[in-house]
Amino acid sequence: MKAKQLLSHSAWICWKDLLEFARSKMALVMLLLMPLFMMIMVGFIFPDSAAMMEDVPIALVDLDSGPMGENFTMQLEGLNEQTGMMVLSGATDIEDIRTQIYAGDIDGGIVIPANFTQNIMAGQQGTIIIMTDQSNPQLSMQTQQALSYVIDEMGTYAAIGMLSASDSNTTLATVQPYTVEIEDLVEGDPSYFQFVAPGIMAMVVMMSLMTGLPHAISYEKDTGTLDGMLVAPIHRLAIILGKVLAQTTRGMIQGILILLLAMLLFGVVIYGNILIVLLIMLLTVLSFVGLGILVTSFTDKEETASMIMMTMMFPMMFLGGVFFPIEQMPGFMQTISSVLPLTYATSAMRKVMILGAGMGDITTEILFMVIFGLVFLLISVPMFKRAMNK
Amino acid sequence: MTEEIAIQTNELTKKFGDLVAVDKVSFDVKKGEIFGFLGPNGAGKTTTIRMLCTLTRPTDGTATVADLDIKKDDHEVRGHIGLVSEKLIMYDRLTAYENLKLFAKLYNLSKDQMEKKIDELLKLVHMEKWKDKQIGTYSTGMKQRINVIRALLNEPEILFLDEPTLGLDPQSTAEIREFIRKLNTELNTTIILTTHMMVEADMLCDRLGIIDRGKIVALDTPENLKKMISGNDNLVTEMNIPNLTNTMVETLQACECVKTISRLDNTKIKVQANGDDAFDIILDTVRAGGGKITSVKNLEPTLEDVFLHITGREVRDQANVKQRAENRGPDGHSMGGGGNRRVR
Ligand SMILES: Nc1ncnc2c1ncn2[C@@H]1O[C@H](COP(=O)(O)OP(=O)(O)OP(=O)(O)O)[C@@H](O)[C@H]1O
Ligand SMILES: [Mg+2]
Repeated sequence: MKAKQLLSHSAWICWKDLLEFARSKMALVMLLLMPLFMMIMVGFIFPDSAAMMEDVPIALVDLDSGPMGENFTMQLEGLNEQTGMMVLSGATDIEDIRTQIYAGDIDGGIVIPANFTQNIMAGQQGTIIIMTDQSNPQLSMQTQQALSYVIDEMGTYAAIGMLSASDSNTTLATVQPYTVEIEDLVEGDPSYFQFVAPGIMAMVVMMSLMTGLPHAISYEKDTGTLDGMLVAPIHRLAIILGKVLAQTTRGMIQGILILLLAMLLFGVVIYGNILIVLLIMLLTVLSFVGLGILVTSFTDKEETASMIMMTMMFPMMFLGGVFFPIEQMPGFMQTISSVLPLTYATSAMRKVMILGAGMGDITTEILFMVIFGLVFLLISVPMFKRAMNK
Repeated sequence: MTEEIAIQTNELTKKFGDLVAVDKVSFDVKKGEIFGFLGPNGAGKTTTIRMLCTLTRPTDGTATVADLDIKKDDHEVRGHIGLVSEKLIMYDRLTAYENLKLFAKLYNLSKDQMEKKIDELLKLVHMEKWKDKQIGTYSTGMKQRINVIRALLNEPEILFLDEPTLGLDPQSTAEIREFIRKLNTELNTTIILTTHMMVEADMLCDRLGIIDRGKIVALDTPENLKKMISGNDNLVTEMNIPNLTNTMVETLQACECVKTISRLDNTKIKVQANGDDAFDIILDTVRAGGGKITSVKNLEPTLEDVFLHITGREVRDQANVKQRAENRGPDGHSMGGGGNRRVR
């Protein structure tokens, strides 16, 4: 009975919050604008278009002695003559490319492996290895993307020629005779949007709880409306639960908007199960809810709330692996990253969306988020009750 | 005996750090009465109300509300009370109906009960036509009407009103006051209200506690409080002196018999004094200072005079003297510093 009332009260408080929210034009615009803005910003900081590349020094190694390798080299050189994207040079093997990258002579390398012709002849896809200078993540990403794009284009071109004389059994090999393998890349697909979209989704969910929740409570405290709820014979938890529900709804809507924007405007593809994506969003809520409540209990005024939020959010945003792969950070920062729930949320989201991972592949992430969330809930709920009773 | 008591406090104290906002306050409120707290800004009125409403925990002391301990049975207390606080408890983007609905749900009213209650309350303050308009579009007076009925959804035995007429125009003020009285007589609701308006306290309250710097300095019916200083040797007089100077006011203030002086405007002062020959002394002092008295009016003491009489005329009264002239609202008597208008 008590629990039922608590839930009913929090549902009504959530209803109130969402109604207020839906009637605030500013809030609605921000809901849409923020994700769009973020994606576009990210797009500008990390340009993804192949056309933007010019005269990038790239080494080409043909380890394949067959005709297909030669064919590929010719195609690449022909294409490069038209676009002027790369300055092609030679190298003896993968090791040599590595040395040249380390020396700073080239920004990347393209390797045609030994069995390239053999594979294509056998009706399989021919793999091309791309290597990039990872010490410069933007350039690396850009090079990778451009090269993948070029090779894709070339593949399509080659496929047209192969279609008529096709006797192979793998359709994929016909339509897409070349496939790209990225050597030494951290994880995922070459598109930077593909890389950041999952992280940004996790991030907006985090933000809705970490900034939305303290703001919602301290705003009502400042304007005095919170007293109306506090003076009613309802459980103190109903208030925070109602607010959490409202903020969760808002965060999820925003997360889904980002996903749609990423898919429609930026060509991001989800390889995994969308339901798992939603589940991870909910788990992100769980992992941050305690922290959000904790901050709320420590903040008396709206301004203080915002300030604390900002100081906490920024490190999280940058160390959570949303914008840069964690593996590229210095060691001590990686240590900090490894205790932030956003890191796990981002990682899980990325694995599912990009790599098509299932539940079994993200158990570590799930476990961390659940434990982190529960620990902070246990700490923060008594704190909140006390703060409401000052 | 306890049946008759709605609220009882025993040395109730609230400190904010070093500041003692409410200092060992003890008083009773009888069931069915209108009890007023009168005091200047910062006296501790709101803090007292907030403690009784279980919104703030007392630092020390105890209190019962509807026979329930405010510390131990805070949850139960909440079922018996309603609060109209200093700030509006309403959401601008919601309509009156939606606002009332939210709180009705928090008070566990069923759908039927809720509909009936909301209709009834809206009718009571003549706001039926506005129920589907967002609060943000209301005038201050309309907002306050909804704000007041919001506190009545659970039919509270005890209603707390913290400065219910602050910032309202004379007409809305009169309406709200009439409404408060009606609640008290028709529903027998016990009412505790705070105000810094003397007239309001005088006309509404059965009993009055004058609170200053966290302490209750006097507690009685308004009539008795006024009698306190209307005895033979107490004098309240208003004088018109066209060539009034600050020096005159200062020399008067220095007189043994003079308790307080308020400067009403450039030429008018109001003097409170005691002693048999006080009137003579005052006239002599003014004349000796070169003052030309054109008219003198001896007044019935008001609650304001009571307050000045009780709290004495010290540092803060100097400020009051300056501010009073500017602060005379439509009600005539308003006390203490201004600047505490309702924000929103
Ligand atoms: N939360 C708080 N933290 C610190 N000090 C406070 C707090 N609330 C009130 N005070 C202080 O306690 C004293 C009493 O304040 P209170 O609001 O009770 O006065 P009041 O009689 O209601 O005055 P007003 O007429 O201005 O409403 C003031 O000095 C005020 O500054
Ligand atoms: Mg007050």
